[in-house]
Amino acid sequence: MQDITQVHQAPELGKAVASISPWQEAWRRFKRHRLAYWSLWVLGCMVLAVLLGPLVYKIGVNDVDFQSRLAGPSLKHPMGTDDLGRDILARVLYGGRISLAVGMAAMLMAISVGVLIGAVAGMARGWVDAVLMWVTDLFLSLPQLPLLLLLIFLFREPLKQTFGLELGIFILIVAVIGGFRWMPVARLVRAQFFSLREKEFVEAARALGASTPRQVVRHILPNSLGPVIVAATIDVAAAIIAESTLSFLGLGFPPDIPTWGRILYDGRDYMDLAVHWAMFPGLAIFLTVLTINFIGDGLRDALDPRRVL
Amino acid sequence: MLNYIFRRLLIAVPSLLGISIVLFTVLALAPGDPFEELATNPNVPAEVRMMLRQQFGLDDPVWQRYVRWLMSMLQGDWGFSFQSRVNVDQLILQRLPTTIVVIGLSQVLAILIALPVGVLAAVKPYSWFDRIASTIAFVGFSLPTFFTGIVFILFFSIYLGWLPFVYRSDISATGWQFFWEHFKQSIMPISVLGLFQAASMMRYVRSAVLDVIRLDYVTTARSKGLTERTVINKHVVRNALIPVVTLVALQMPAVFGGAIVTEQIFRVPGIGSLLIDAILRNDTPVIMAVTFVLSCLVIFFNLLADVIYGWLDPRISYG
Repeated sequence: MQDITQVHQAPELGKAVASISPWQEAWRRFKRHRLAYWSLWVLGCMVLAVLLGPLVYKIGVNDVDFQSRLAGPSLKHPMGTDDLGRDILARVLYGGRISLAVGMAAMLMAISVGVLIGAVAGMARGWVDAVLMWVTDLFLSLPQLPLLLLLIFLFREPLKQTFGLELGIFILIVAVIGGFRWMPVARLVRAQFFSLREKEFVEAARALGASTPRQVVRHILPNSLGPVIVAATIDVAAAIIAESTLSFLGLGFPPDIPTWGRILYDGRDYMDLAVHWAMFPGLAIFLTVLTINFIGDGLRDALDPRRVL
Repeated sequence: MLNYIFRRLLIAVPSLLGISIVLFTVLALAPGDPFEELATNPNVPAEVRMMLRQQFGLDDPVWQRYVRWLMSMLQGDWGFSFQSRVNVDQLILQRLPTTIVVIGLSQVLAILIALPVGVLAAVKPYSWFDRIASTIAFVGFSLPTFFTGIVFILFFSIYLGWLPFVYRSDISATGWQFFWEHFKQSIMPISVLGLFQAASMMRYVRSAVLDVIRLDYVTTARSKGLTERTVINKHVVRNALIPVVTLVALQMPAVFGGAIVTEQIFRVPGIGSLLIDAILRNDTPVIMAVTFVLSCLVIFFNLLADVIYGWLDPRISYG
């Protein structure tokens, strides 16, 4: 394999042809998608703000200031304050860390489970495949939100006791959200495996005596990653929405940990007095999800080699 | 046709069993005793508690408990609510019609918006109409329902004061007034859910129509001299709808999730708000029953999608 690609990339007839790696090519295609490109910048800025913001912006998350309760946006409090006079910008920045962390962790979980199940089903075929796909279809037809609520209701207390308050809830929410989002990935990976395992280059590897794990890890999996990356992007957005939905229903993180959904939930009772309280966290969720979805759309264009751009 | 529906019903049985196994496993794995409400209630003497445990068979082997639980679920014996001291099936029957109406009407709204917009966008791809519609659709499904709900309340109830933001089931008016009041208070929940659905549905319709519109038989239809209208309505849309129906059926679990959130925001007395109330009050029998009912509804809608599928595509044999 190595030698063949070397030959192909070698400059022909003395002309220096700059070789473009597949990733550079994907980046070039990605930049063509204007909205996706700008979304990447906006999302990058938001991630930076959330990561570095609390270091620069010194007002504490739980600093109570009764002098300015329910105050609108001002220079002192750019996003206003809530009913206890706590600064909403500080809370939104802090909540962003949790929301993004939950999104990333749940995505990693969903992708790992999905790739594992899809790969096993795709390589094993036969009854293993049939059983795994039945389970996948079953999970697809489960009503996810009610089950999420049920699981959190049943397992919240014990996990809180074992891992402590924040970590326990974090593990639970990530596991539950991730556990309900692996099915599309598993199907994608399985379909990719079915077509790739019959391709000539895999056959060549097999003929050279590559073991099944090596065929999978070195040859099949890297070639099936395109759709998986797209699905992973969309999953981050879906997990962020799921987490804020749970918090919004009052069943996510406890009240003293401000996630975006939780701030929105607290703020909705004061909509007539303090619009900003619910608006800013809501806008944060919306902007994050929108940019991630646009990036996913751009990646879909960029990573699909059949699409002409 | 009946034969076909019957066969689909038979295929739905294993998935229902699977769902019931998942539900029961979750309940059995849960640490502590889900029925501990009775156990921790100081008014219940120890002997009675032991009798209750025995009566519910909480000390039997797991598979026996599963079979018994499944049997009672199937017979409609869903236990009774710890909180309201009413049989769970009555509670659910009270709440279910509201949810079905809200979900049904929002689906109708979604189809009414998504179908024409999606088809128009696909007929002239990359036109300004397509670009605007696609961007709005993108924004639409990036907006979580709880946020749209809040924005709607803010705008229509607080700022404009047009619509009530709390759903009331005890409207005293009669006749037309009654319908008008109900209509007014249903607008917001239905449109929040419907618009969210319409956004993703529009994208499905657009890409499905794009796939179909370049096929040879469409060119044939055009060259026969059929009007563009007939070609699109009779030849393109009908075939494009086949994959759309599948995708919409796959969306059903998400729709029920959205319904739970909307019911919670607008205080609609449906099955979703029943679930949330039950969870906040540790009312285990109600939680289990509502989850089970929602699972059954999802399976039912998948079945419905299969039937519609067969109607749209005569190549699928009913035999």
